[in-house]
Amino acid sequence: MSDRIFGVVGILLAIGFAISALAIEESFLSDAVGPKAFPLIIAAVLGLSSLAIVLRPDLEPEWPALGRLAEIAAAVVVMILYAQLLTVVGFVIATAFAAAYLAWRLGSSALEAVAVGIGSSVGIYVIFHLILGLSLAEGPLGF
Amino acid sequence: MEILASLGDGFGIALTWQNLLLALLGCFLGTIMGALPGLGPSNGVAILIPLAFTLGLGATPSLILLTSVYYGAMYGGRISSILLGIPGDEPAMMTVLDGHPMAKKGMAGEALSLSGIASFVGAFFATWGLILLAPQLVKIALLFGPAEYFALFALAFMTLGGVSSTNQAKSAFAAALGLGLATIGVDTQTGVPRFTFGEVHLYDGLDFLVAIVGLFALSEVFIFLEHRHGGSDAEGRKLNIGRLYPPMSMLKRCTPTMLRTSVLGFVAGVLPGAGASLGSFISYSMEKRLVDKDKTFGTGDPRGVAAPEAGNNAAAGGALVPMLALGVPGSGTTAVLLAVLLSLNITPGPLLFSQNPDVVWGLIAALFIANFMLLALNIPMVGLFTRVLMVPSRILMPIVAMVSFVGIYGISGSSFDLMVMIGFGVMGWVLRKLDVPLVPIILGTLLGNSMENNLRRAVTIDNGNWLTLVDSPLSLMLWAIAIIGFVLPLIVGARVKAKMHERRDEEGSISD
Repeated sequence: MSDRIFGVVGILLAIGFAISALAIEESFLSDAVGPKAFPLIIAAVLGLSSLAIVLRPDLEPEWPALGRLAEIAAAVVVMILYAQLLTVVGFVIATAFAAAYLAWRLGSSALEAVAVGIGSSVGIYVIFHLILGLSLAEGPLGF
Repeated sequence: MEILASLGDGFGIALTWQNLLLALLGCFLGTIMGALPGLGPSNGVAILIPLAFTLGLGATPSLILLTSVYYGAMYGGRISSILLGIPGDEPAMMTVLDGHPMAKKGMAGEALSLSGIASFVGAFFATWGLILLAPQLVKIALLFGPAEYFALFALAFMTLGGVSSTNQAKSAFAAALGLGLATIGVDTQTGVPRFTFGEVHLYDGLDFLVAIVGLFALSEVFIFLEHRHGGSDAEGRKLNIGRLYPPMSMLKRCTPTMLRTSVLGFVAGVLPGAGASLGSFISYSMEKRLVDKDKTFGTGDPRGVAAPEAGNNAAAGGALVPMLALGVPGSGTTAVLLAVLLSLNITPGPLLFSQNPDVVWGLIAALFIANFMLLALNIPMVGLFTRVLMVPSRILMPIVAMVSFVGIYGISGSSFDLMVMIGFGVMGWVLRKLDVPLVPIILGTLLGNSMENNLRRAVTIDNGNWLTLVDSPLSLMLWAIAIIGFVLPLIVGARVKAKMHERRDEEGSISD
């Protein structure tokens, strides 16, 4: 069933891709092929392979239980927050929180999670910023 | 003779303190990454790319660092295979079969050192193979016009699925998805924006490094979260190594095996789409058929340890041949290495050998040096790396995630790219669940633009005649190989692939 849904999504994706390819505005100065042809070929391959997936699906993969899915969704939310807040609060603070969260969710005790968070944040800051000179996001506190 | 002179120049380039130090660092990190389940050659190299950039390294030093990581990971994978019975990365999965039984018999040290020597032999011969074969391939590639290049790219995609996936439709889907992602951005030939939906950040196109790190490294973090696999596989086990050097008789018995599988692995590596996993698989299978008269394979036969290790290291070297000579990588990790070259504004392919001989020969010399370093790191100092196995993944995976974020932010300095990377991470997780191979996606995003440009150039040169694509005998031949490569696995490949994939556990499925 998963494969059939996946294939249908793929077909819709191919159709959407083809429609937006057709909508590309051609410039008045174009080569013999133009900007549309290649995307249309790709859309055809995408569509045909999705169709094949619908018609001959593989065995059902093992989907995780709802709780585990929520776990992944929560991690994604944390990562998005991290990406957005990085420039606001600064690298060291944001990273310490994000790493501590991930460590906690992977089964660390509270103390260990905090240690992993601070350790990896400060460690990365020292190695990448202080030693290697990579510019990291600076918060109001300057790190 | 000419080759030896070039190689000499290469050693002149590689033998600087900086390059030697980078090679040593790469070998060390690579072995660790190979040994840790959860980090393999492709995502290991991927998260180190930003490091190479921030160090401000030139093309040759960056490549030396990253290919040392690549070779190192091939060595490192065997450590957890032998000690824990869990492959550290996918190419090492066959080493479990005989390596782990050997360790159970109290011969862990012998197994580790024997496999280290086998790795060395495989990589050593493969590097010579690279030297001899790549220039020949370049001579052929110089005959290629745009139409032939288009056919070559098609060949790469169509044969890639043959071994990397159990379902041809899914690998075709993955390739199309990657190529489609590559078309996002301003069209290079006419300047019209495509699929940008008005988003300014997309005008430049998607950065393939973002895609690579997201698909390979972040999706791995999600897999670990899904299983809440936070411990270390070595927990509660005593990692006894015992004596560190194999007896001469064992080495003697394994020598023919190592030599045969080095050749076989190298050939498997050169073939498009195969990579090191296939190299170790067919090496083991062939040796088993050839020399296993007493049915000792699978119960701790030293030859069963030597075969896959020589095979996968030879294949790792072999996979560099098409990447350097044609600009078409055959495996996931060489695709990542191609991404490095492209980011450094170096176009691999036949011209690389004439325009940047320093890069090519410096790299080859560095491979020799790295191989000796790895031998030294992996036999006397193997105890150091076995400690690495004690690091639980609840500590390791957050660090992997954060280093990925830092790397991508360090390259682009934009939160938008971080969001795209998270998107790719989620996509990678879903696609892995659905058993869609990720390597064709990466290859598609990497090669999409030059594939399209070659297509358009070919057709434009011939005044809009599409038949020009199948006009020359060379391109017809490439198309024929491509079609056979796509159809053949549908007929005969299913059995081989099923066998190869049944040994793959999900968390350790870090393809190379």
